[in-house]
Amino acid sequence: MQNLGIRFPDLLIWFPLIAGLACFIMRDEKKSRAWALFSSFITLGISVASWLNAGNPELNGLTFSYEWLKYSGVNFAVSLDGMGRLLTGLTAIAFPVIFISTYRNSYKNASVFFGLMLLAQSGLMGVFCATDALLFYFFWELALIPVYFLCSRWGGEKRIQATFKFFIYTFTGSLLMLVGIIYVYLHTVPTAFSEHSFSMRAFHAALLSPTEQNWLFWLFFIAFAIKMPVFPFHTWQPDTYEQAPAATTMVLSGIMVKMGLFAVIRWLLPVFPLAVVHFDKAVIILSVIGMIYASLLAMKQDDLKRLVAYSSIAHIGLMSAAIFTLKEVGMQGVMFQMFSHGINIIGMWIIIELLERQTGIRKISELGGVAHKAPVLTIMLVVIALANIALPLTNAFVGEFMMFSSLFSYNVWIATIAGISIILAAVYTLNMVQKVFYGETVPVTALIRDIAWHEKFILAVLVLIIFVLGVFPKPVIDLTLESVKAALTRFS
Amino acid sequence: MMLGGAFIKDRRTPVYLGIGGLLAILAACAVELKTGRPLLVIDVKDMLHANSFNLTFIMVALGCTLLYFLLNGRDFEKVGPHVSEYFALIFFILCGVSIVATFNTLLMLFLGIEIISIPLYILTGSDKRNLKSNEAALKYFLMGSFSTGIMLLGIAFMYGGNVMGTFFINNMNLGSGPMPALIGVGLVLLMVSMSFKVSAAPFHFWTPDVYDGAPTVFTSFMASIVKVASFFAFVRLFESAFGTLQSQWQTLVAVITAATLIIGNLTAVFQQSVKRMLAYSSIAQAGFMLLALFALNDTAKEGLVLYAAAYSLATIGLFAVLVKMKDYTVDGFNGLSKQQPLLALTVTIFLLSLTGIPLTAGFQAKFYMLWAAIQNGHHFWLVILAVLCAAISAYYYFRIIQAMYFRENSETVMNEWDITPSFKYLLLITAVLIIVLGIFPNLVIDWLHY
Repeated sequence: MQNLGIRFPDLLIWFPLIAGLACFIMRDEKKSRAWALFSSFITLGISVASWLNAGNPELNGLTFSYEWLKYSGVNFAVSLDGMGRLLTGLTAIAFPVIFISTYRNSYKNASVFFGLMLLAQSGLMGVFCATDALLFYFFWELALIPVYFLCSRWGGEKRIQATFKFFIYTFTGSLLMLVGIIYVYLHTVPTAFSEHSFSMRAFHAALLSPTEQNWLFWLFFIAFAIKMPVFPFHTWQPDTYEQAPAATTMVLSGIMVKMGLFAVIRWLLPVFPLAVVHFDKAVIILSVIGMIYASLLAMKQDDLKRLVAYSSIAHIGLMSAAIFTLKEVGMQGVMFQMFSHGINIIGMWIIIELLERQTGIRKISELGGVAHKAPVLTIMLVVIALANIALPLTNAFVGEFMMFSSLFSYNVWIATIAGISIILAAVYTLNMVQKVFYGETVPVTALIRDIAWHEKFILAVLVLIIFVLGVFPKPVIDLTLESVKAALTRFS
Repeated sequence: MMLGGAFIKDRRTPVYLGIGGLLAILAACAVELKTGRPLLVIDVKDMLHANSFNLTFIMVALGCTLLYFLLNGRDFEKVGPHVSEYFALIFFILCGVSIVATFNTLLMLFLGIEIISIPLYILTGSDKRNLKSNEAALKYFLMGSFSTGIMLLGIAFMYGGNVMGTFFINNMNLGSGPMPALIGVGLVLLMVSMSFKVSAAPFHFWTPDVYDGAPTVFTSFMASIVKVASFFAFVRLFESAFGTLQSQWQTLVAVITAATLIIGNLTAVFQQSVKRMLAYSSIAQAGFMLLALFALNDTAKEGLVLYAAAYSLATIGLFAVLVKMKDYTVDGFNGLSKQQPLLALTVTIFLLSLTGIPLTAGFQAKFYMLWAAIQNGHHFWLVILAVLCAAISAYYYFRIIQAMYFRENSETVMNEWDITPSFKYLLLITAVLIIVLGIFPNLVIDWLHY
């Protein structure tokens, strides 16, 4: 097919960017909200089209790049492989879901709010598409800045401090990564076009000694670990999730944490294979400590948002451990789980948001008996909560099963300890469901009405995705097969 | 071979003449760079030397001064009645800037530095009724003359020490062997005096007081164009005269850089006054620019020009807004976004650029510095230290952003009558320039490759 000059990765990045900038100019709250929703649907359309045309390398820009900074050999190089398509797809699905579910929330300066949301989407798309290291760094930061403003401007009471902590953490990590990127760049093999290059292929072929790989590994990994977050770099996360506005929390936990995992698979494993083999155990142990630690803390939480935040740390810990088992099945599980976790946790946030909007309370101890008043909401919640603890037939089961089987073949003891977190997850999740939704109705919940049709619809979509992928995971697994193989080629 | 152009020295030049003169010189520079043919030749016996690197820098400095005049021209009147004299003094400084950018002998370097410094002493003290301004001027003058003395001594040592017996920095032929004692002493003395001029630690103590005491309009000029010009001289001096001995003085520079970064950034964190904070931040930024001196390769030179542009633009913009503020503390910025959304937006862009966030010129500049330093291959710890300090800098720059956007204030925070639409648009242009340079830094770097 002739190249028509329309490439999906470009569209996925530029469309939200332009839509976001356009959003800033709008004055009217309703208009900007509708525009944001509309544009996010178009982005979803583009993403779906890119899935349908998966076999067409021209349209997915596998070979395309523009020269950007000629003296340093930076190219605007983007492409979509299976993993990229999966995560851009997640981003594209998440935004309309977020916009619809928070449609009733009203914001001061709504146009700025939605504009920043769309800019964040553009940055995320860029991270998942970039095949040039410096471009990747650009988008990595660009996704952060709008989120910083969103949280600080529209968040809860302690938003300024919490967000600032988050910002400083991630910014420090990114700068260390920048140093690493430049170092690798200077060790890439000269080509006919330029002395050095930031392109992914050049990075894979960079000449690095084992010692160099070892410390470069940590420069990169700290940046990614902060983003994921992996223990002990996680302390920003519960505060930020608690304080950020609901829509932003969904972006943060549903998509942004995947940036870290994605980056490990895309940029860490293939570039520093020797160091990865050297430090795999260290990372796995850190991740498992994080899982248990976060699960234990989650049990103690009385605030719904903090509970979900800690449970997210535990889930991410499992994913990061599974990546470093360096086994195909584990990696597949991670891919699958990145998508599932995004869907599930956004569902959780939507329900918490719906509860909080009606009652103004997030304390587990102060809520109770919601099920009598809002049966539909409760059914949705139970499904999502079960997916959260990876019950069979839900999407998370598939991913967790694959990751655990990979961990088991890596080391039985580590896998057993990690397995405890499943039990703990069941404890805190079911405890939460029981206390908030069943039990006696307390005065605050007596006035709760069931959810509106658009909220029903959006939760139903999420529940549908949960079941469909739980029963029929093959399409996703097929999609990412190539990426998994590519990520592991240097370890076989 | 030519001087950046003939400079206007008349005393009653109003704002427009100043701007017009600048434009003319700028055009002359551009034409010369493009065609490679000088327009006006003055025989200076090869004591000044212009190439694309020097001329690009002069253009950057002139361009920034132009913006500075446009933004601050009206604020000169608030300092005192002698507006035309201030302009004349600034033109003298620009003359000095051109000399230090093109100097080829140590004598010219000395001359240039002095032509920059003496008008600066006057400008610092120009607010005669203000005690702080007088104190700052005296302090600056005493410390400055001391460093000048050290520089002269250094030059004398260099003259006596090199086998060629010359002041010409290119002809000294110092070789790369262990350096003779005389040269060593000369080098250290020159390094000390230049470190003083660029306010590198531990010779930075004058900076906060002088920047704080001087009238804000002139602090702006001092912290931006004068500062980067001194840097440019520093790098050129060490590259041409001592480039071959780099391995012997590099560790010393690394230590100075590290100290500057740490002191500048850590102290800036604790400042309540934005003006003082910017003084310390200028020390911190100097630390980053010192990386160019440390690395001293082609990347470093390109990066320095870019850094000069990025840093000057952001600093001039920030100070232009600061001049209009009622209250110079961080709290004084509270609620600015409600009252002056456009100004708040531009200030945000300036601060993001100083922090080094991608898509701003500041990022490209920092990127080049890190690149150069890593390329150099020695003292890798310095690079890690530099980025950690950059992370600290985010802390104090973002405090202003927080104040503007996330905190409320019912009172007006600016002198409203001062803010004309043209001022706003100029600030917007400055901010757009920063972003454009952040996306296409080649707009500046291309000039270096003519």
